[in-house]
Amino acid sequence: MKNLQGHIKYDKPVITIRDLYKSFGDLHVLRGVDLELFTGENLVVLGRSGTGKSVLIKIIVGLLQADSGSVEVLGQSLENIAIDDLQQLRQKIGFSFQNSALYDSMTVKENLEFPLVRNKRHLTRKEINHAVENVLEAVDLSQAIHQMPSQLSGGQRKRIGIARTLILQPEIMLYDEPTAGLDPITCIEINKLINEVQQAYKTSSIIITHDLACAKSVGDRIVMLLDGTFERQGTFEDIFDTNDERVKPFYDYNFID
Amino acid sequence: MRHPLHLTDAIEMISSIQRYLIELANIHRFVMRFFKEVLVGPYEIKEIIHQCHEIGVKSLPLISLTGFITGFVFTNQSRPSLADFGAQSMLPALIAIAVIRALAPLVTALISAGKIGSQIGAELGSMKVTEQIEAMEVSGINPFKFLVVSRIVATSFMIPILTCYAALVGLLGAFLSVHQHEATSFTIFFTEVFDAISFLDLFSSLIKSIVFGFTIGVVGCFQGYHSSKGTEGVGRAANWAVVMSMFLIFIEEMLIAQIVQGIRA
Repeated sequence: MKNLQGHIKYDKPVITIRDLYKSFGDLHVLRGVDLELFTGENLVVLGRSGTGKSVLIKIIVGLLQADSGSVEVLGQSLENIAIDDLQQLRQKIGFSFQNSALYDSMTVKENLEFPLVRNKRHLTRKEINHAVENVLEAVDLSQAIHQMPSQLSGGQRKRIGIARTLILQPEIMLYDEPTAGLDPITCIEINKLINEVQQAYKTSSIIITHDLACAKSVGDRIVMLLDGTFERQGTFEDIFDTNDERVKPFYDYNFID
Repeated sequence: MRHPLHLTDAIEMISSIQRYLIELANIHRFVMRFFKEVLVGPYEIKEIIHQCHEIGVKSLPLISLTGFITGFVFTNQSRPSLADFGAQSMLPALIAIAVIRALAPLVTALISAGKIGSQIGAELGSMKVTEQIEAMEVSGINPFKFLVVSRIVATSFMIPILTCYAALVGLLGAFLSVHQHEATSFTIFFTEVFDAISFLDLFSSLIKSIVFGFTIGVVGCFQGYHSSKGTEGVGRAANWAVVMSMFLIFIEEMLIAQIVQGIRA
């Protein structure tokens, strides 16, 4: 478990969710979720596949609408938010997709400058190039600048996906399964990168995962989504200090033969 | 015993009508959004130019070939019938009217529906299922303006240009066919061609090709932008983009021809 919690401001939440409900037809995914993400915190959301973890962060960024409940991001309520305000707000939120979602018809450089060119139209070509070099350096992939996404490995694609979100210098990072489908060594590198981003860019992050090694390595606090609500939260040890049959197999599968 | 079966059929029919109406409402909303977004800046000029290149310049070889063959074959096929009435001299005028009024716009639109419509449907569909469109949204970018508006503007602008080009190449094919049998000069052939066509012919063809281009763009973008269900959805988007565009192009051709006929009368 990380031991760097001094930088977290527990009196300043950047995301506040209250009594959130979301269903898809008869499938009730989120059933009264309450959550706070504090400034500077890395919050891990654990849960089985299909329990609504990704749905939660898609609601936070306005890609999905909640059925009921309130979501406040950086002091702004998402309820009835104007599209222009939502677009402004999204520039302060970095979203790292599970499959990286790189634009496959563009080079790495074009991928990185794409959000910058369109959101900060006053920037000069020199400033844009400088920003691209900086984020590539941050993810340790400067040599990939002219490559196409199809030429990159899974881990490199993840890194470039994270770099693309960092270029707008977000205050909040949302990671959707950052280590899914990667080998153990690359997983360790991605976990290290998430911690480096937290420190270098002073971000507050939500990390969606079912990889316990990732959760233990990056999480300042962990919450577990069970039956549509966060029934368990605390440190890694707090979460798994239980005989709950819904929780124990998670730990056993990851750490016991 | 037959009653429950009838009830099931009726429910199925109602639900398919409902699905059809929802689809129509979605297309209507999509087109309205296009008009709203196209009038408001900032404009993606660079992307529009890129799409014009993709849609227009890259279609030139195919349009050249089909345009030429259409003009050449149509002339070859028409000659014997006119010769039966001793009216071979009417051939340039007949060809001009057929090519300008119907063949060039229709052939260009149908070829483009197959090439460009499927390309747009598959491209946007694949971006949708790999979350690239969502990635644009969460970066504070308007994907509709970047992906959809630029493509519809490009098809509406480039299909008329391709149509003009197809007409010229078609007339050139027709001239070569005529020249095989008669010693008609290039100047005489084209003088007769331009004498036969009116301003209304040119104007109606231009309007028609703009409508066809707009249709190809809207249908391709709509199918791709709303595709789902992974790779199967991408295939379906590309397929429906072609089928639906072609169907609508024939309907539009019929309606515009009727309207122009009314004006001419």
